[in-house]
Amino acid sequence: MEAFAILAQTGLTGDEAKAAAAAGSAGFAYGLAAIGPGIGIGYLVGKSVEAMARQPEAAGMVRTTMFLGIAFTEALALIGFVVFILIGL
Amino acid sequence: MNNDTTPAMATRLDGDAVEVAVSTDMVKRGLFAAPVMIAISAVIWGADGAWSAAFAIGLVLVNFMLSAALISYTAKISLGLMMGATLFGYLIRLGLIMLAVLLVKDAGWISLPALGATIIVTHLGLLFWEMKYVAISLAHPGLKPARP
Repeated sequence: MEAFAILAQTGLTGDEAKAAAAAGSAGFAYGLAAIGPGIGIGYLVGKSVEAMARQPEAAGMVRTTMFLGIAFTEALALIGFVVFILIGL
Repeated sequence: MNNDTTPAMATRLDGDAVEVAVSTDMVKRGLFAAPVMIAISAVIWGADGAWSAAFAIGLVLVNFMLSAALISYTAKISLGLMMGATLFGYLIRLGLIMLAVLLVKDAGWISLPALGATIIVTHLGLLFWEMKYVAISLAHPGLKPARP
């Protein structure tokens, strides 16, 4: 509500205020969308490092799976980014 | 004192850079599929869509190569560094993608729906395509499926 009060004081028209709110919300949503994959990648890489440290002979298989896992997890952040560019830009 | 014992835990990896091999495969397939993606975007969004699709495919392929290079380079130094580089690399690569899109968002040839759709479809499509071969390799290590 405070944000809307500040927007009202800036003298923006209704459409401008709506566009500004949409851009702010899209940025906020993108930030939230990047947190989940960040946690996922941290967990994924942590477990992979543990597996490679304990069983170096399986490192090739673990690294391949880890790389694909990172890319799949990152796809979630990219979807958030695409929503951001379509709504916020 | 015997110093020839195998260490209980590995702290770095000196083997082949499998990420580079996987990402090189994905880039080859991406270049192979790029004309189709660009043609589909051109049909839906016109010439702007075609340019945007080409830009998006480039972004996705560079993103894969950067990720693989970062992991393979740091894995040779230490596993801890690899973990840090992977996590911060994720943030840096997202920032680079955002910067690249912000730089072109007002260009006359850009179509944001085409750009967004191509980023998601190319990224996921290449991953599923590659996963098919990786899954076969892991299930049958001696099979060595032919690469397209």
